[in-house]
Amino acid sequence: MNTFITLAIVLIALSFVYTWGAAASRRVASQTGEKLHSRPPYYGLYLVLWCAIPAAIIFIVYSLITPTIETVIIQSYFPQEVLNDAAELANQTRQVESIAGGFGMFGEPAPYQVQAAAALKNVEWIGKMALVALIAVAAVAGTLVARTRISPEFRARNRIETAIEMLLITCSAIAVLTTVGIVLSVLGEAVRFFTFVNPIDFFLGTSWNPRFSTTGHGGQGDFGLLPLLWGTLMITIIAMIVAVPIGLMAAVYLSEYAGPKFRFVAKPMLEVLAGIPTIVYGIFAAFTVGPFLSTMGDAVGLDINATSAFTAGIVMGIMIIPFVSSLSDDIISQVPQSLRDGSYGLGATRSETIRRVILPAALPGIVGAFLLAVSRAIGETMIVVLAAGNSPVLTANPFEAVSTVTVTIVNQLTGDTDFASPQSLVAFALGLTLFVITLCLNVVAIYIVRKYREQYE
Amino acid sequence: MATTTTATEAMSEKKSNRDLVQAKLAKRHRSETTFRAVGLGAILIGIALVFVLFGSILYKGVPAFWQATLHLEINFDPEVIDIDPRPVQQPGQSAAEHLDNVNAWIRGLRRARFDRLVQSAIAAEIPAAGDPSETRNVYGLVNANARYELAALVEADPSIIGTTVPVALVANENVDTWLKGNIDRDLPQRMQQLSPEQQEWADALYDRGVIEMNFASSIFTNVDSRSSGATAGLLGAMVGSVMMMLIVMTVAVPVGVMAAIYLEEFAPKNRLTDLIEVNINNLAAVPSIVFGLLGAAVFINFLGLPLSAPLVGGLVLSLMTLPTVIIASRAALRAVPPSIRQAALGIGASPTQAMFHHTLPLAVPGMLTGAIIGVAQALGETAPLLLIGMNAFVASVPSTPLDQASALPVQIYLWQGNENRNFFESRTAAAILVLLGVMITLNALAILMRHRFERRW
Repeated sequence: MNTFITLAIVLIALSFVYTWGAAASRRVASQTGEKLHSRPPYYGLYLVLWCAIPAAIIFIVYSLITPTIETVIIQSYFPQEVLNDAAELANQTRQVESIAGGFGMFGEPAPYQVQAAAALKNVEWIGKMALVALIAVAAVAGTLVARTRISPEFRARNRIETAIEMLLITCSAIAVLTTVGIVLSVLGEAVRFFTFVNPIDFFLGTSWNPRFSTTGHGGQGDFGLLPLLWGTLMITIIAMIVAVPIGLMAAVYLSEYAGPKFRFVAKPMLEVLAGIPTIVYGIFAAFTVGPFLSTMGDAVGLDINATSAFTAGIVMGIMIIPFVSSLSDDIISQVPQSLRDGSYGLGATRSETIRRVILPAALPGIVGAFLLAVSRAIGETMIVVLAAGNSPVLTANPFEAVSTVTVTIVNQLTGDTDFASPQSLVAFALGLTLFVITLCLNVVAIYIVRKYREQYE
Repeated sequence: MATTTTATEAMSEKKSNRDLVQAKLAKRHRSETTFRAVGLGAILIGIALVFVLFGSILYKGVPAFWQATLHLEINFDPEVIDIDPRPVQQPGQSAAEHLDNVNAWIRGLRRARFDRLVQSAIAAEIPAAGDPSETRNVYGLVNANARYELAALVEADPSIIGTTVPVALVANENVDTWLKGNIDRDLPQRMQQLSPEQQEWADALYDRGVIEMNFASSIFTNVDSRSSGATAGLLGAMVGSVMMMLIVMTVAVPVGVMAAIYLEEFAPKNRLTDLIEVNINNLAAVPSIVFGLLGAAVFINFLGLPLSAPLVGGLVLSLMTLPTVIIASRAALRAVPPSIRQAALGIGASPTQAMFHHTLPLAVPGMLTGAIIGVAQALGETAPLLLIGMNAFVASVPSTPLDQASALPVQIYLWQGNENRNFFESRTAAAILVLLGVMITLNALAILMRHRFERRW
């Protein structure tokens, strides 16, 4: 509730400043008889910026430093033996905060806790008053400084537009910073992992058995990437075998044969598959497809595990169908009509035109689409977590349980925030591998698709 | 003479060409039909898969919304519930001490033998269940949290002690499984979840209408529970998901839209912006689990934010959704015809004014559609949340974004792993239906907006 009142006060103050600035610019213009450079709202906004930005900076700095100052003050009252015990220190600090907040604590507080609480209450009060005073001064001073600048020649609009552009640039920078953040954080932790395990053992090892971090450093396990990579590859291949024929043929039919009505119904129906969360596919694989395939296998004399590369691959293929079909559909419809007309003119049937003219012309783009689909299959997590069986062994049999890079990341990092053991740091080395593989696939695919587009534009 | 011969030769050659074509025509038409049928088949397979997927989830999930419930006349016998009146805050007593007293009183209340109350209510129907040695067995028919539900009734209104009140108690999860036939009744007793007496009583109570299949409102009103599967609900996960969606909407959508405006309208066309473009396209295809690694390394390890917090989850999902929003917003901006912008520039508007006053308002519907699809995608994402600790068991509703919380897809993941598979398989499917319901609503909203506001230029 308090927050809403504060917010309301700030908004009212800012709207007041805005009106004042706009009115002031009009007054100045009528006094001097000159025409304003910008329209009055821009002068109002200019004042608002000068009022709000310094005050906001003060508020942010205050929020960042107060917790540290308060902790220092509380702890200056604590005896040495409490300071030495981290758990007790955290507990007593919380108690002091509770006493200072007027809630009190259960049991009799120690005299130093009462003193600390009193001091804390004092400091909090002084801090809050100082904050309010500082913000008020900064806001008023900023507004007044900006007010003195208002004159008919002052280019308020250009200032505002520069500010807007700065904001827009900052927002675009966030997208770039995300990539930088991914690279730095994953690379940094992966490098720490490689201080425990030799990179050669990691990238070329054929055995995956990380043991538990609690067994201590003496019993460090094997961190061989190859079984995981092989599992990922096998599932991806199965997924592509399912998705590519169905997706591509669906795209060909939709773009070359289907009438507008059929297209209007069928295309969204297929795209429903793309909108379903992967956890749902995972459950579908684990509860329905896996047992079904296992029973079918028994019927024909095949030993199919309910959770296996086969199960995970088939369900992942289903997930990727709409991905392949809508990307291919886009690309096929970009092939110029003149190529089709030329082919029909020579007497080719529709299927001959598609097979001999359109698909070869669209091939680079379709390959790009497939690479994007492969990258998606490699990075998919929930389906394989639930349906691949989590058994990191090198096997050529797709009906056996396998494990993948993504499954292992989840297994090694969940519920474990200990960033010091190789057992959890390996997740970042795996993440790095995954990121690099998908990055290469994506960049090549994006490059091919763009080149393809330019070709027919 | 010579000319006639060549003409005749030409004619006969032409005829033979025509014959050749004629001869092949039937085969070519057959292959045309086959090709077309394969294309149609691919689409039908895709659509059939949609139906199989939804069918299997509906088949498993819908029955879970109706749950066995016991309608009992509970007599709150004062001899069984023998407690003091609720403590009142004394003058001079701190809030912490009072809270402690109240908690002690509630603990005392919960220790009362509510199982005996349930037993005597059931014994009113089945006298054989009234034997004092059977208390445990009889209480096993209702959910394990029933004693807390009854205690809460007394806590809310202590005057019900000594009266008889009709109370609806959700049956134990194993009773529900038994009555719905989700466990094979012919299994040997050592593999059954209910004792022979419980099986008999459950059937008898169901026949007499004491146990009815009622709407399982606990799915929506309760938090997750470990002790009582029958009353485990999604409330905490739903609130956590809503918080994360709000964060995604307030972070990813404005930032994404502004980045799109900059890249589409203001950014100079050079190598740097080209790199940013490739980077955004790549980010859209980076596996979601890599964003989880980023969250674990930056937000949790580096910035020290708490594990399992919706704030961290929301930020990770925002970064993940950002490229989707940027790409959709750029497409929406590009769809506005350049003549609008040129007209604005031609009558003296600045580029910023042309953008914000003319192009942007026309692009808003397209941007909103993209934003909704991005938010829906974030809602269903599981893998990155597992890495920031959201798979922890949380039995409370988060009240701030820094509290521990779960999310809908993560709750699905947790429930599918529950040992009581007989019961939780359908509970999981029910949770999926809730998730899909929200996602379909969001997507329907997006489609509706596209149709409502779509403009053809």
